[in-house]
Amino acid sequence: MNIDSIQNGVVIDHITAGNSMRLYDLLKLDQADCPVAIIKNAVSRKMGKKDIMKIDADIPVDLDVIGYVDPGATVNVIRNGVRVEKKTIGMPELLTDVIRCKNPRCITATEQELHHVFRLTDRERGVYRCVYCETKG
Amino acid sequence: MRSVIDILDLSTAEIDELIETAGDIIKNPANYAELCRGKKLATLFFEPSTRTRLSFEAAMYELGGNVLSVAGGNTSSAAKGESVADTVKTVSCYADIIAMRHPKEGAALVAANNASVPVINGGDGGHCHPTQTLADLLTIRREKGGFSGLTVGLCGDLKFGRTVHSLINALSRYENMRFVLISPEELKLPSYVKNDVLKRKNIPYEQTTDLLSVIPSLDVLYMTRVQRERFFNEEDYLRLKDSYILTPEKLKTAKEDMCVLHPLPRVNEISVAVDDDPRACYFKQVKNGKYMRMALILMLLKEAGTI
Repeated sequence: MNIDSIQNGVVIDHITAGNSMRLYDLLKLDQADCPVAIIKNAVSRKMGKKDIMKIDADIPVDLDVIGYVDPGATVNVIRNGVRVEKKTIGMPELLTDVIRCKNPRCITATEQELHHVFRLTDRERGVYRCVYCETKG
Repeated sequence: MRSVIDILDLSTAEIDELIETAGDIIKNPANYAELCRGKKLATLFFEPSTRTRLSFEAAMYELGGNVLSVAGGNTSSAAKGESVADTVKTVSCYADIIAMRHPKEGAALVAANNASVPVINGGDGGHCHPTQTLADLLTIRREKGGFSGLTVGLCGDLKFGRTVHSLINALSRYENMRFVLISPEELKLPSYVKNDVLKRKNIPYEQTTDLLSVIPSLDVLYMTRVQRERFFNEEDYLRLKDSYILTPEKLKTAKEDMCVLHPLPRVNEISVAVDDDPRACYFKQVKNGKYMRMALILMLLKEAGTI
């Protein structure tokens, strides 16, 4: 299957197979007014299967979201059809307003203007906890 | 601005220093009677409390300071929908230090992030209650002489019991601790406390539902109340509230120098008949709480340059 190369934008590569739709949602790409291609289960020499996402516009992409969903993903910045930058993404220490705390007893459940902030508490297992109530994200 | 929201905001060296100060306050109260003259503590208690609020207030009075008090969310602007941030920004204009209790978890952190004076968490929902832990630690230190090598049994509601989580966090930083976790299945210690604290630090622990079988091995027995206010479902509360009731009969096989602690209030989980047993230390714990709060108020006001 072929998807045309993009001219200016971002290619997120090496997404763990199956993670692309979650990434699409958290990056709020449903609200983006530009072509976005998601390739699921592409063949990968390293990973066996992987997902790829191509965003055909020069829009800001939240690297923290990518690092949270899939710290192994790579982000390629494309200008005039040429890759000008390749970034590997690690797990961010803090996540702000990416996910919401689900604990009904948390202060964020009643005070709507508070930012939902999660801190990485276990890098090995990729565990994030709400900074207010310590509920797992 | 330094605040204390979680017991882990204090290093073990600072806790040891607070214990030393509290010990000195007990010995020489007159030396401390004027240290906070002209300073004000605001106690903002948006959830019912007798001990903690009065303990903070007594602590400030014994340091020669004054107290401004809001007791009950329905008597303050919180009832009108004022945010925690706005409340503490306002109170910072009147007071030198704030002690706050709030039913929502994390409310104390929001307060600390917005106040311009130190904030002490007097309990934020089921999350943290660091000054209770300070009272527990002083009591254990005074009764047992230290923390190393102790077997500490925690009994009752280990799921929602914030004092239990804080105490485990604090004690796990000392060497050779061992924990026995005694609770009904539904109120077991949350896995994140087990994984992040006990397993990560390789601290030995045992889980059981049977208090009687483990009581002979304990140096400290920390009883807790099954808290009605933590349940969304009254039926679950009624089913679990009488899981453990400590009686003189059950204490027969316990060590003679075991110490029984309870953060109070109790409902019926420790029979009144236990109160006369020399191992019952929960009213000493109340008194110790005041001394540790005095030591903490002093430490934070000194760090803030207020005294």
